[in-house]
Amino acid sequence: MTAQVITISSGKGGVGKTTAVANIAVALAMDGAKVVCIDGDIGLRNLDVVMGLENRIVYDLVDVIEGRCKLRQAMIRDKHYNELYLIPAAQTRDKSAVSPSDMTRLCNELRPEVDYVFIDSPAGIERGFRNAIAPADRVLVVTNPEVSAVRDADRVIGILEAEEKRSPALILNRLNPALVKQHDMLSAEDVLDLLGIQLIGIVPEDENVIVGSNRGVPVAQDSKSRAGQAFRNIAKRLKGEEVPFIDLEKQPGLWDRIQKMAGGRKA
Amino acid sequence: MNWFGQKRSAQSAKERLQLVLIHDRTDLTPAELDSLKDELIEVISRHVDIDASAVQIDVEHDGRSQRLIADIPLRSVTRRRAG
Repeated sequence: MTAQVITISSGKGGVGKTTAVANIAVALAMDGAKVVCIDGDIGLRNLDVVMGLENRIVYDLVDVIEGRCKLRQAMIRDKHYNELYLIPAAQTRDKSAVSPSDMTRLCNELRPEVDYVFIDSPAGIERGFRNAIAPADRVLVVTNPEVSAVRDADRVIGILEAEEKRSPALILNRLNPALVKQHDMLSAEDVLDLLGIQLIGIVPEDENVIVGSNRGVPVAQDSKSRAGQAFRNIAKRLKGEEVPFIDLEKQPGLWDRIQKMAGGRKA
Repeated sequence: MNWFGQKRSAQSAKERLQLVLIHDRTDLTPAELDSLKDELIEVISRHVDIDASAVQIDVEHDGRSQRLIADIPLRSVTRRRAG
């Protein structure tokens, strides 16, 4: 096995990075992939509660990097999927405890063992973000159809371009089709036009996401949830499958155009 | 437009973002763009006769690449001679 290292980033906080990591990882694990999630937000750990694993933490990312435990000991096995693991962030340290080369070394150690490594990047564009993108083969940028989130996503995309990383793909999270229809929310087409990158998923606003995080059970496991379906589709697209985008707005024509844009834009 | 002749908010969001992103990406403020325009007019006027009031300088984007577009109308020499 040679894992693909995928970092999920956004610039702005609160747009759904952690939710996206947990759900895409769960969706891939449901399909039989071996997946490790790393919480890169040192000092503000959250991926553990979203995945429902907060009571099982013994060692964390900084313990591995500083040699206090073996990598294996810091990998917490998921309750539902045997091949899904979490390496939690340290809660009592800060981002300077980890360097970009530490992250690269850690991921290189994981690569032969698993299919996917997901890194949940902290908000911002400082050290924690740099740590998270250093080992990435691919970066997924999460944004919401909202001015501040789109602006920050553009900054992150600009930095990734400057670092000469492979062009990132966009997850448009919390789209409200009714608001888009009444022209009071940026549409997926608007956001793609502004940011000029490839689309990998549109996740509709869905109450089940909150219910899922309340219980520590990511919504990707809920077959009826629309957001869950969207995350499962993203997982399939990561594996290279062609999955049509869900028709959220039921406006013929528009979605054909979005799918065409998603197929690849000029760099 | 809605009943009150107001633009719908999604349209405002898109237009405002288009301007903000151009400045974020190029590090060029509207004031700097204006002074760039004045200097361009000055330099070009030394060589050809231009209609300074109609000069337009804009940053356009195509995907993620930006370009500076200058529209500089020239005054016709023949017309001036005839006049």
